[in-house]
Amino acid sequence: MMISQFFVLSQRGDNIVFRDYRGEVQKGSAETFFRKVKFWTEDSEGDAPPVFNVDGVNYFHVKVAGLYFVATTRVNVSPSLVLELLQRIARVIKDYLGVLNEDSFRKNFVLVYELLDEVIDFGYVQTTSTEVLKSYVFNEPIVIDTARMSPLGPASIFMQGNKRMPATAITKSVLSNEPGGRKRDEIFVDVIEKISVTFNSSGFVLTSEIDGTIQMKSYLTGNPEIRLALNEDLGIGTSDYRGSGAVILDDCNFHESVHLDSFDVDRTLSLVPPDGEFPVMNYRMTQQFKPPFRINALIEETGSLKAEVTIKVRADFNSSINANTVLIQMPLPTYTTRVNFELEPGAVGNTTDFKEANKRLEWGLKKIVGGSEHTLRAKLTFSQELHGNIMKEAGPLSMTFTIPMYNASRLQVKYLQIAKNSKAHNPYRWVRYVTQANSYVARL
Amino acid sequence: MAPPQQQSQRSPSPSQPSGKSEVSDLKSQLRQLAGSRAPGADDAKRDLFKKVISNMTIGIDVSALFGEMVMCSATSDIVLKKMCYLYVGNYAKGNPELALLTINFLQRDCKDEDPMIRGLALRSLCSLRVENLVEYLVGPLGSGLKDNNSYVRTVAVIGVLKLYHISASTCIDADFPQTLKHLLLNDPDTQVVANCLSALQEIWTLESTTSEEAARERETLLSKPIVYYILNRIKEFSEWAQCLVLELVAKYIPSDNSEIFDIMNLLEDRLQHANGAVVLATIKLFLHLTLSMADVHQQVYERIKAPLLTQVSSGSPEQSYAILSHLHLLVMRAPYIFAADYKHFYCQYNEPSYVKKLKLEMLTAVANESNTYEIVTELCEYAANVDIPIARESIRAVGKIALQQYDVNAIVDRLLQFLEMEKDYVTSEALVLVKDLLRKYPQWSQDCIAVVGNISSKNVQEPKAKAALIWMLGEYSQDMQDAPYVLESLVENWDEEHSAEVRLHLLTAVMKCFFKRPPETQKALGAALAAGIADFHQDVHDRALFYYRLLQYKVSVAESVVNPPKQAVSVFADTQSNEIKDRIFDEFNTLSVVYQKPSYMFTDKEHRGTFEFSDELGNLSISAEAGDSVAPAQRVEANDKDLLLSTTEKEEGREPGSNGSAYSAPSYDGSSAPSASLADLAYPSTSITAQAPSSSLAIDDLLGLDFSVGTAATPSPPPLNLNPKAAMDPGTFQQKWRQLPISISEEYSLSPQGVASLTSPHALLRHMQSHSILCIASGGQSPNFKFFFFAQKAEEASTYLVECIINTSSAKSQVKIKADDQNSSQAFSTIFQSALSKFGLP
Repeated sequence: MMISQFFVLSQRGDNIVFRDYRGEVQKGSAETFFRKVKFWTEDSEGDAPPVFNVDGVNYFHVKVAGLYFVATTRVNVSPSLVLELLQRIARVIKDYLGVLNEDSFRKNFVLVYELLDEVIDFGYVQTTSTEVLKSYVFNEPIVIDTARMSPLGPASIFMQGNKRMPATAITKSVLSNEPGGRKRDEIFVDVIEKISVTFNSSGFVLTSEIDGTIQMKSYLTGNPEIRLALNEDLGIGTSDYRGSGAVILDDCNFHESVHLDSFDVDRTLSLVPPDGEFPVMNYRMTQQFKPPFRINALIEETGSLKAEVTIKVRADFNSSINANTVLIQMPLPTYTTRVNFELEPGAVGNTTDFKEANKRLEWGLKKIVGGSEHTLRAKLTFSQELHGNIMKEAGPLSMTFTIPMYNASRLQVKYLQIAKNSKAHNPYRWVRYVTQANSYVARL
Repeated sequence: MAPPQQQSQRSPSPSQPSGKSEVSDLKSQLRQLAGSRAPGADDAKRDLFKKVISNMTIGIDVSALFGEMVMCSATSDIVLKKMCYLYVGNYAKGNPELALLTINFLQRDCKDEDPMIRGLALRSLCSLRVENLVEYLVGPLGSGLKDNNSYVRTVAVIGVLKLYHISASTCIDADFPQTLKHLLLNDPDTQVVANCLSALQEIWTLESTTSEEAARERETLLSKPIVYYILNRIKEFSEWAQCLVLELVAKYIPSDNSEIFDIMNLLEDRLQHANGAVVLATIKLFLHLTLSMADVHQQVYERIKAPLLTQVSSGSPEQSYAILSHLHLLVMRAPYIFAADYKHFYCQYNEPSYVKKLKLEMLTAVANESNTYEIVTELCEYAANVDIPIARESIRAVGKIALQQYDVNAIVDRLLQFLEMEKDYVTSEALVLVKDLLRKYPQWSQDCIAVVGNISSKNVQEPKAKAALIWMLGEYSQDMQDAPYVLESLVENWDEEHSAEVRLHLLTAVMKCFFKRPPETQKALGAALAAGIADFHQDVHDRALFYYRLLQYKVSVAESVVNPPKQAVSVFADTQSNEIKDRIFDEFNTLSVVYQKPSYMFTDKEHRGTFEFSDELGNLSISAEAGDSVAPAQRVEANDKDLLLSTTEKEEGREPGSNGSAYSAPSYDGSSAPSASLADLAYPSTSITAQAPSSSLAIDDLLGLDFSVGTAATPSPPPLNLNPKAAMDPGTFQQKWRQLPISISEEYSLSPQGVASLTSPHALLRHMQSHSILCIASGGQSPNFKFFFFAQKAEEASTYLVECIINTSSAKSQVKIKADDQNSSQAFSTIFQSALSKFGLP
């Protein structure tokens, strides 16, 4: 495995950092890469694949925070290794900068070079451990103003419903200290679930899957061992039946720091968390679960050049929980020229839009309270007579949302134990849950 | 695209000056600070250095500052030092004289008491890439390798590799590779060990092209002691180094099955690793280890399914794509194992199209009796997708499933429904599919024709679809009421038809229609032939003229040529050869899988070799004294034997091989005289030459043309002479065998006498040697023998490589020829064939 060059490009194609490790690939590679990626999209062939070859040079890229992280090589390497590495480099850099974006990069590029020098030598990976790298990094991070960050950024998904959470909690550099030089001792455990559900036209669930991650970010001093207990009756593998009501995962994998000695007995994980952010465990579940939203979508002809769309959404979860940043989208027949929306009386925080360019209906809801139901009616006007089945001309409807403090799988962190060095030592622990839509689709 | 980018590069950013004036500004500022010891000078230097590095990053040439940067580098501030190292490493190569200036302070830093400084200085020293400075590297590298700090040693090991690339002889003369070999087995730090492994693999692979000793050294990396030593420590390695180790072990050949199970048990938990690269490397190892054990191999497939699916759905879309490509490969190899998992291959609306394409292919592959209905239902949903390329792919997928299923009843209905959807692209795709379907299942013609007849040719624009519609009009003109009239109107618009493909089809369709319904079609035919003969497109013109003359000659002959009774097509030709598919499988966990091409198609020679040294051939024992040839033989044998593993062998329908053939090298000593019973005979099978000549002769006569169709296509090559003293080492053979495509693949039959006398490979070897075709490896026991031959042109260094597999029980030999000079491979094939046929004749 040998990487020849590593570079980071902005969305506009500017070099933010550029490191040539082996001098085997020509200097203009960043431009070649950017042109290729840009034309790929412009030629409407969809996004450029993460790996492609131009004149014998293989280009790998991942997109993180709007930036391209790119590696080049002439060797037939493992693509998965290089892409994994690029992703990891992005995470390590984020650990150090606190926030990953173009601005923080530009302000801290010398620190980034320090990291890159130690992560890769002559194209071979040396270490990606945030902790190990600490001893090689001498630049102090210049922290950018997080207040200016978009309120919908990844940092904010946990904020609602838990006001006590320090707003800077997950935008803090591993090198940063509290005023007074003391580190704030705390640990974050996030259970993040991405759910995919497809409903058929009669509202029946065709496929469903939960892809979950238990993510940890530790700022603990003294590297104490911690124990993380999950549901005791957690089953793994579809043949591992643990009685009705038990959560059964199809499969899972673990970070290498995790010890599974007692996992088979009592479903506890023990580990000494390394610095920085990392996934303790990834899991996948296809066991049936209750979808958080029920959707009813209907399109009916109402005249020669007219049709009406009705969309009903019901939130099937506890009323103490809110879903945020809900967006519902639906492609309409291509000959739709005008759409009139009708919301329920008294609806607040709703936005409706007809995207003329790609003939799409968009309905945004700032917040959906558990147990509530919302309806949208849209009257469509067409430019030509209908022929064929209107149901085949529109849809499917798709929905994106974030629900803090909710997890569809019912997998839980029962407790989080930190081996104590002293009695006075009592670090902050945050265990947080969030569910997001990966692909939430209702067919017409 | 370039101009806006240029602009944005120069966009005002306080830390990024541009142009020459800034560079000279920086220069004078650096000068002022160079000798300054004033308080705050280091901070000022830091700011300046940052500006310099920033310029360097965005591609502005700041090499003019070299002298000043070096002057400023005399500092104890480590942040400054590191920036300076970065700068020097970037520009030293282009400024060798100036680079000399840095040697002094770097050498001094290599002796610093802080290991961090020692390591950093050593790394920078080795990164200068200036050839006439290598003498300064040897000393610091030597002490670096012995440093008591592991950081310095990791840097030094990579430093050795850097030195090798600057000056290989200096590196070898200093005996550094041997030092690395010692560290590989003795260093307590696993990153040092991992770096030794990387460095030695690279050095010895490059050296082995000229040195046999290096080739042997490279092989020792795969020896049991080294592999076991590293394997036992695998969990101490970083996840990246684990990938390296797994890659190495994948090339190790265990001596027996229990060893295989030990290795797999040891590494079983690597499948649960969160890092997808570790998981894939483990899977590759497991798949390759179990090639010879069909049932275990299948268990491996079952075992890796869940971890692969988890990897696909966790992580970024990019990582997921890399894993999915590998899953795709496995699904294509063994679709039945994944048949129950078809729902995992359903597309999500927000996935990029490169992911959807892979998934559609997987859905097509896994469709079987029990899941077809659901899969086709799902695919039909995508047909209405807003993403039109994917909608098209989905319709094609439905068609492919229809072609591979026996019970197509329900699918035909769906396809016909597509035709009724009245979306242009859907209709187009569906027409092409219905055509293919009818070629395979003519019995469905009634149902399809009824629907196709309703489609107005005016609504079909895409050439492929139009051609398909026209083909059906011609083929089924007796069942389609208005076929002659539709064709006639198409002929009337001849000039507006831009696609030559469509015009060619139109000619043929009108001909066919004419034979079935002459009075109605005569007029259209005349018009079509006239338009065709006047056509500017050469093929269209030729075909029209050909039809015209055929008709002139005799209508019944014309009919038998243009519209002969057809047999249903049973299998459509696959786009990718099985040889290529197997090659890609060999290169599991590399880019070959993502590109769906073997590496020789996208990598240039020098970058291919490093990890590829365990070839199929490499597993044959080349040297006569190699005692443990049993395991490798099994592995090769497995390729021949197992359905799951090797599609090439399976689908060519070759007899499964026998067990335990031990391959051995030929001996050229000539001490044992050729066996007396060399009465064997090999003669080529005549399948190719059966009917073609007679029919083509008839056409020749008919057209009054004076050439033979057969020879016109391939001008006869110049006579070929082979070098009787050709030489090639196994490594080169191996490499070439991997790189070259197959130019000829043929099957010959052997005479019963030949079969009887081929009791050992040696008889044939000596015979072929007398024809200047030399054997590089051979093996097998009755009834299966395998030979690798090579030959060289007498006048130049162009070589031919041959794989020849002889099965004496079926009396068949399969010959694959690869050649440097593709044009002469046919000539060589003739020589080879004749040599083989003379084998055994007194």
